[in-house]
Amino acid sequence: MYEGPVQDLIDELGRLPGVGPKSAQRIAFHLLAAEPADIARLQDALQRVKEGVVFCEVCGNVSEETQCRICRDARRDSTVVCVVEEPKDVVAVERTREFKGRYHVLGGALDPLSGVGPDQLRIRQLLARLGAADGGAEISEIIIATDPNTEGEATATYLVRMLRDFPGLTVTRLASGLPMGGDLEFADELTLGRALSGRRAM
Amino acid sequence: MRVSLYRDTGVVLRVQKLGEADRIITLLTRQHGKVRAVAKGVRRTTSRFGARLEPFGHVDVQFYTGRTLDIVTQVETLDAFGVGLVGDYQRYTAACAVLETADRLTAEEGEPVLRLYLLVAGALRALADGERDPSLVLDAFLLRAMAFAGWAPAVVECARCGDPGPHRAFSVQAGGSVCVRCRPAGSASPAADTLTLLGALLHGDWAIAEAVESGARRETSGLVAALLQWHLERQLRSLPLVERRARPTAAAVEETS
Repeated sequence: MYEGPVQDLIDELGRLPGVGPKSAQRIAFHLLAAEPADIARLQDALQRVKEGVVFCEVCGNVSEETQCRICRDARRDSTVVCVVEEPKDVVAVERTREFKGRYHVLGGALDPLSGVGPDQLRIRQLLARLGAADGGAEISEIIIATDPNTEGEATATYLVRMLRDFPGLTVTRLASGLPMGGDLEFADELTLGRALSGRRAM
Repeated sequence: MRVSLYRDTGVVLRVQKLGEADRIITLLTRQHGKVRAVAKGVRRTTSRFGARLEPFGHVDVQFYTGRTLDIVTQVETLDAFGVGLVGDYQRYTAACAVLETADRLTAEEGEPVLRLYLLVAGALRALADGERDPSLVLDAFLLRAMAFAGWAPAVVECARCGDPGPHRAFSVQAGGSVCVRCRPAGSASPAADTLTLLGALLHGDWAIAEAVESGARRETSGLVAALLQWHLERQLRSLPLVERRARPTAAAVEETS
């Protein structure tokens, strides 16, 4: 146990996800030895993230303004919407540079074991978005990009059921299969099975 | 004292994130009861067994005894119940309630609970197959799981004095049907079909259970949920989220065709 403020800092850092007691101690002593300007920058960043960041009123992504950068961008295709679980998934899809449409962030996945049902997610907002014209253009395709795990698949199933009554709307799901750079012999049977069922003609 | 390396079959009840790419997996195993173990690196796409350790997975696992939690070293799939369950939201929510109930009923880790393990695997198999009404499968599971825990409701005889029934009143606090003399204030008066269904589900008489109409099925579900939460002394998170859409009975299907 350290004295007062140092121990308080270790305790606070230890509450962060993925930070154990040893890591918390290492970060605390790094901060103790850091220049005051570095600390001030960190302090400022922490304050701004809590006070200045809001959720986009259209897609639910993190934003500095009422609408996020992607929803404000007129060059993006308003007819295609990619539905993701978390804001970090928007970043992951953006990194591919393959997708030029817009997003809808659900804020999680359907997980009854954690008490998360349809009312806890932004599903109603997605349906409202489909009902109204989005940026002057009708939405023609919804790409469901929830995680390829049990909760993500169940969320996709639920969304398909909710979206199938919208006329002229195509609902697609991200393909799932073998990761690039892997060996076939090491693939588990579930992933390989899905890769086989989702195979495409070349 | 457990050996440093051991193997067992089990059902994945719950997964929790741990650190950068690990997970804590809670399994209900055949020989070792509830086991919590760390599966390292399973959240990475390159993981060799991450997909096998998803909830509802029925797996053959090898563990290494760790200092606080055991470590998963190898996994083979026996039944991938999750594949069938996630394609139907009603069955998925019912299966989630099965897992949460099994988790709550096994407070002690390492205590063998063979009958509950077999019951969980059987319920998940029935839900994944999709041949029976998910709501009935869930209620049958909950009733039998309560019976294994020593909380089987009295369906025919009086729960207090043992007077042979059937009786009209039902009291969750008293533990089932109650006679007119023992009936506490606030007891429910379920339909006769509801009590018939309770008994059929408790004893696995599916021919009778599937012939009962949807109104009695809904009432039964309500009584079963109330009984479970009374005994567990807390609400299950998944139970209010279970989608209850009763399938039409065989007789009703014949009438419409």
